[in-house]
Amino acid sequence: MAESAVTDTGGTVTRPDGMSGFVDDWSSDQRAFKNVSWGKAMMWIFLLSDTFIFSCFLLSYMTVRNSTTVPWPNPSEVFALSFGGEPIPLILIAIMTFILITSSGTMVLAVNYGYRNDRAKTAILLLITAAFGASFVGMQAFEWTKLIVEEGVRPWGNPMGAAQFGSSFFMITGFHGFHVSVGVLFLILIARKVWRGDFDTEKRGFFTSRKGRYEIVETMGLYWHFVDLVWVFIFAFFYLW
Amino acid sequence: MAQADAHAEGQQHPLGIYIKIWGWLFVLSTCSYLVDYFHVEGYLRWSLILIFMMLKAGLIVAVFMHMMWERLALLYAIIVPPVLVMVFIAIMALESDYTFDTRYIFFVGGS
Repeated sequence: MAESAVTDTGGTVTRPDGMSGFVDDWSSDQRAFKNVSWGKAMMWIFLLSDTFIFSCFLLSYMTVRNSTTVPWPNPSEVFALSFGGEPIPLILIAIMTFILITSSGTMVLAVNYGYRNDRAKTAILLLITAAFGASFVGMQAFEWTKLIVEEGVRPWGNPMGAAQFGSSFFMITGFHGFHVSVGVLFLILIARKVWRGDFDTEKRGFFTSRKGRYEIVETMGLYWHFVDLVWVFIFAFFYLW
Repeated sequence: MAQADAHAEGQQHPLGIYIKIWGWLFVLSTCSYLVDYFHVEGYLRWSLILIFMMLKAGLIVAVFMHMMWERLALLYAIIVPPVLVMVFIAIMALESDYTFDTRYIFFVGGS
């Protein structure tokens, strides 16, 4: 009993760092992640499983692209956009990348102001992040429309080359866009709670009945940064390859 | 009690580091876009794209997701499994090369 009491107060007992700390934490009783709450640990583990899902998508994309004997459409040209003059390669994708990075920055600021208990700033920054996310999804809808209507790309074929281009594209960016959309809803939900002061009054959640804490903003941030992270890989492998 | 402690140890860091990393992410994204814009080709293109990609991913995970301040117990639990995906990538790269060869022989070359 005395032993578990010591581990429970994790913060007061100084634990070793480095490799011996790692072995110590993992071999300790009950709880391996000492200063991480269950909510944050579970978000990390969910993100790990999501990493595997996106890895499998990108892997299957690599496999079909590597194994087709038909030339692959050049993404630099397919995703070019002209504003009256010469088409600029990948310009829409570049703008989408910058939007997502900007939203990551506002998210990290929201987390920071959340831990300072700055209710108004946190809520506003969360809403700005949601707005950037929504505009990202909007641009993706525009990109899909252009590809489907003007270029005639279908999951089973396209006029520019290998048929696998369409299926990989819609699968990968579709799943990522779905993640962004869910993230926007999640952001608005948390922003509403922050604005209402749920985390200042420690109002209990309707689902978990646990006290509301600003830590949820950080957990939300982990999800949002992960969405940005996945886009980094999609941008490199799908658009720049 | 444990909950209160975890809260007290929440990730609180000066704003300066976030702003700095934010700036770097913009610089790296611009660089990787310019690789395509100036039509850099071959091995140079590939190494540049992969370097910029890994740097961006590393900065996001380390600073924005606070991994550099977490204990090793969490870091290893999350970072090591995706590294093993490399093995899967190697297997599928070999397999797709083989598929390409057979398709080439039977559908294209016809020898």
